[in-house]
Amino acid sequence: MNLLAQVNDFNPLLSGEVVVAQNIAFTILAAIMLVSALRLVTTRNVVHAALYLVLVLAGAAGIFILLGAEFVGVTQIMVYIGAIVVLFLFGIMLTRGALGTEEEGNKEPRLMASLVAGLLVVVMGGALIDTFGDAELLRSAPSTTAEISDSIFSQYIVPFEATSVLLLAALIGAIVVARKD
Amino acid sequence: MFLNQFLLLSVALFAIGVYGVLARRNGVMVLMSIELILNAVNINLVSFAAFTENIAGEVFALFVVAVAAAEVGVGLAMILLLYRNRRNIDLTEIDLMKG
Repeated sequence: MNLLAQVNDFNPLLSGEVVVAQNIAFTILAAIMLVSALRLVTTRNVVHAALYLVLVLAGAAGIFILLGAEFVGVTQIMVYIGAIVVLFLFGIMLTRGALGTEEEGNKEPRLMASLVAGLLVVVMGGALIDTFGDAELLRSAPSTTAEISDSIFSQYIVPFEATSVLLLAALIGAIVVARKD
Repeated sequence: MFLNQFLLLSVALFAIGVYGVLARRNGVMVLMSIELILNAVNINLVSFAAFTENIAGEVFALFVVAVAAAEVGVGLAMILLLYRNRRNIDLTEIDLMKG
């Protein structure tokens, strides 16, 4: 087999080096996301929490791109990191000092919450490992934006229109709730 | 790549979000924890879309992003109203509707 045929036969999605690289990328992204999520729910400073949220959302965007869902990843960056985090920062700054930076109090809610969270991880993780075992993700070609738009504007057109009505209702509702009368 | 590694990451994020909702008293922090939960759901949807090679999971992830944006808008408006009326966004002190 000459070199040209080898190059033609080479499928980058199925070669071993790509899988190793994907696993390394996943490990780094997962570690960043878990550490920032933990810091997000435990930090006392609310502004720092919003910045940790940015890290978690960026990690999720990286996971989406790793899974071949590029359009969802780009939407994640634009909508979440571009818009929602800014909204959060506005909310934090408009209510600054309402609770102080210290959240002292009794330890009981924290203990119960970590019990609930630990139970969730054990039960759901056990069920997942039991159900999916070592099911492998098929490494096919990533989905294109054209496929997603075809799907949205043909099969899921009614939920799409419902989403637009929902966004309008939420916009009007937020204005009505927050205005000074 | 295994399907399970994505699902377990999603479970961990979900549990951290649940901890944040239950343990934090600041209203904005509770909203941020809800965002963590919604992101865990999105990772689940997209990984199942890649697993079954069905685009529907990605479409629903986009819908979840839109609903999350609407939720944050209304939620922050409510917290601002709370702050303006009571100068306090501690959710444990909001007991106006307690029977």
